[in-house]
Amino acid sequence: MRISVAVDGVTYTDDVEPRTLLVHYLRYVLGKTGTLVGCDTTNCGSCTVHLNGLSVKSCTVLAVQADGGEVTTIEGMASNGELHPVQQAFHENHALQCGFCTPGMIMQAAALLNENPDPSDREIREGLEGNLCRCTGYQNIVKAVRQAAGNVR
Amino acid sequence: MTITEESPETTLEVGRSRLRKEDQRLITGRTRFTDNLTVPGMLFLGMVRSPIAHAKITSIDVAQAKAAPGVIAVFTGPDLADDVGPLPCGWPLSPEDKVPEYYPVAREEVNFAGEIVAVVVARSAQAARDATELVDVEYEDEQVVLDLAAAAAGPPYVHPAWETNVSTHWIFDSAEAGTGADVKAEIEKARQDGIVLERTFRQQRLIPAFMEPRSFLVDPTGDQIVFWSSTQVPHFLRVFTAIATSTPEHKIRVIAPDVGGGFGGKLEVTPEEFITFTVAKKLGKPVKYTETRSESLQGAHHGRDQVQRLTLAATKEGKVTALHVDLLANMGAYMGLVGPAIPILGAYMYNAIYKFAAYRFEVKNILTNMVRTDAYRGAGRPEATFAIERLMDDLAVELDMDPLELRAKNWITAEEFPFTTVAGFEYDSGNYEAATAKAKELFDYDGLRAEQAERRARKDPIQLGIGISTYTEQCGLAPSRILGSLNYIAGGWEHAEVRMLPLGTVEVVVGTSPHGQGHETAWSQIVADKLGVAFEDVEVLHGDTQVAQRGLDTYGSRSLVVGATAVLKAADKVIEKAKPIAAHMLEASEDDLEFRGGHFWVKGTDTGKSLAEIAFAALQAHAWPEGIEPNLDSAASFDPDVYSYPHGTHLAAIEVDTETGAVAIRSYVAVDDIGKVVNPMIVEGQVHGGLTQGIAQALFEEAVYDENGTLVSGSFVDYLVPSAADTVDYVTDRTESPAVSNELGAKGVGEAGTIASTPAIVNGILDALRPLGVTDIEMPCTPMRVWKAIRGAEDSETPSEAQPHFDAEGGQA
Repeated sequence: MRISVAVDGVTYTDDVEPRTLLVHYLRYVLGKTGTLVGCDTTNCGSCTVHLNGLSVKSCTVLAVQADGGEVTTIEGMASNGELHPVQQAFHENHALQCGFCTPGMIMQAAALLNENPDPSDREIREGLEGNLCRCTGYQNIVKAVRQAAGNVR
Repeated sequence: MTITEESPETTLEVGRSRLRKEDQRLITGRTRFTDNLTVPGMLFLGMVRSPIAHAKITSIDVAQAKAAPGVIAVFTGPDLADDVGPLPCGWPLSPEDKVPEYYPVAREEVNFAGEIVAVVVARSAQAARDATELVDVEYEDEQVVLDLAAAAAGPPYVHPAWETNVSTHWIFDSAEAGTGADVKAEIEKARQDGIVLERTFRQQRLIPAFMEPRSFLVDPTGDQIVFWSSTQVPHFLRVFTAIATSTPEHKIRVIAPDVGGGFGGKLEVTPEEFITFTVAKKLGKPVKYTETRSESLQGAHHGRDQVQRLTLAATKEGKVTALHVDLLANMGAYMGLVGPAIPILGAYMYNAIYKFAAYRFEVKNILTNMVRTDAYRGAGRPEATFAIERLMDDLAVELDMDPLELRAKNWITAEEFPFTTVAGFEYDSGNYEAATAKAKELFDYDGLRAEQAERRARKDPIQLGIGISTYTEQCGLAPSRILGSLNYIAGGWEHAEVRMLPLGTVEVVVGTSPHGQGHETAWSQIVADKLGVAFEDVEVLHGDTQVAQRGLDTYGSRSLVVGATAVLKAADKVIEKAKPIAAHMLEASEDDLEFRGGHFWVKGTDTGKSLAEIAFAALQAHAWPEGIEPNLDSAASFDPDVYSYPHGTHLAAIEVDTETGAVAIRSYVAVDDIGKVVNPMIVEGQVHGGLTQGIAQALFEEAVYDENGTLVSGSFVDYLVPSAADTVDYVTDRTESPAVSNELGAKGVGEAGTIASTPAIVNGILDALRPLGVTDIEMPCTPMRVWKAIRGAEDSETPSEAQPHFDAEGGQA
């Protein structure tokens, strides 16, 4: 099937197998390897991107479902050399170690702040429930999102 | 350190919470995880895995798979028999150990569900996976061996030729070793006039569950075969691949690019690695394999899985006199790289921070039809810590003493260091009083005890428990001499090089191989202080055998303690090497020079030369002194004489809903003494993550096999890695007694949190429920298990799951 998708501000048109997952399209067709795959069951959230402004787990979206849509990945978050406030906050709060969950975690955190610009710690924790991190124990991630909330506003 | 002496405190890098150098690429998606890499023309692998736990392979029909679109080749075990040998076990405990041969692709039999029986090579990952479905394997079922106690007794056997499932029986006895009294005599004595506690605890099977599924890419098209692997141990991988595939070692270059977590789970040499390498070499084409999460959970090694039968003897005054530890350790079907030794890494730690008169440890390593077990964060030491910290709490209950007081009565006091334990190891430093005092204060121990009493009195449905863990661990793997005496195949040294570039910046090449620990940042801090260069001017190179030729990689809280010490020694050599040149350039005597702030100064003057100037002079070598080589680069290896012993006091306030069995952590205080700290921010992060993994063992995680040997927790739907919503904020703090084993005074922190937190949580749950008659709950303490334990205690007619998992006699036959 032929699809046309805007990813990080660039529009791509490609023929894809109908079964192609959005994450596989991003990684292996477009070479956008910033978005990662950590599980097969929509549990880990490593593949989280924004589709038409909402966070989705791109392992659970078919590429064809993104046809005509706009996708933002971790690679499109910084603009004009400036990190997104959530990226900056992750750095400043040591909210990552191995960094594998980080792209998905940042995308989910950014989506959370879009919906709720001033979340409580509990709301942050629940808002990130679908993204697993094995390294940080989440404490610094929560701290980073709290800080980013202040900076985004 | 030379330069630190006269520098103001604030300019030192070591001790600062420097933000990480590693972050920039990781937060922007410019990562080099192995699956991100592409080599032109690469082929992909699909693994055909046995769905059966124990069977003879009677036939494999690959015809249909071979004919499938995009498929290049299909290989079975016999097809690769001439190309690759068995996987390595680097740590059998004795030459008599029964170590089954583990072929990357099974040849005649399968011994766990998930074992690879055939490999499909195809032009795309999808085509490879599709075609795996077309491989037709016939199996002849054999009896499945799963239950640890039954396996120890046998038959049936996993490997029938041996007529046993016991791979080894290993014993340490303090009387025999001359390090303490006789355990039997002490226990007998306590039976007469003291207290004897007998307990059986189960360390459930866990899965390391690193976030990056393992991925391997092999490119054989150059002069060297380049092997990218998401591994913790690129140097081990190179050696063992060379041996198993009869490839000259110098023709293999292993690269561990960005590696997405390990926790011991990537301290392994795996079937998938050997297969990817072998197929690439055989076909002369680049080949990639990336596992799915289910494959990872099913086929990558697991951790823990031990049954601990424990006997503790004490006087009525609460002085522990003897500990007897009798373990069954589930190895799975095959032996991992260091799998057989995991129980031994705990063997010297059951006595923990305490002074016991007598100690005996024995373990039987048992073969079963499950995937093998091997290192998982803490590796042997969490099991030991859990056992002794549970016992100390139980003894306090028995004696009606405060559990911290009981511990203080038995622990090594600050004045007694260095102290040689009943297990024969010398603890260099520590201060258990200081850590405990700080933890009590941060925790409000007395206040919470008062609240606990009040809630008990009014029979509040939410009961409060206080969980205690005063742990220690043996870190900094390791003195090669000791490893040798324990029959380990490798050493424990580490290697580093410091290269002074002509324009004054520095490359530091290290044999350790980080995968999230922030070494690039921490090592830069250390070198910046040592050489007086800017933090930003240091580049840390690692994880590529072509760049870092020598090294023994990252695990066992060793990288800072052993690896960074090698870095310091190499940097010292740079300074030594530069000194005569500086003297030459300054026309001064070496004796008149001092090195400070990156410069050699003529004492008492402002005349000096910077390292950068000397490095540039080396590039030209125009006016170089005769007989001295024109470079400053230096290398050093470091082999520690002793282990290091981090310790700490962790306190957890646990609320248990006695009506539902739900457990909530109300507060958690961790005070750790990990010696000198390079980067407090990174240390805190290590503690947070470690705590969470230890807590996950207490509350959430368990690898579950059904009666057929199928892993039922084979996806993240069923294997409960905790999320942000399941965890809490921790209060962390430190005390500091520097290690003597290394120049930095560091002890290591990678495993501390995991080792300490599991018993803190379970002790807290039990402390909440003891008034209801609950004395044990098996891990993970799920709401169901907690609820059943409460009900079971209320109504003793109802059998409770809280009882020990194995009956004591049958379990240890």
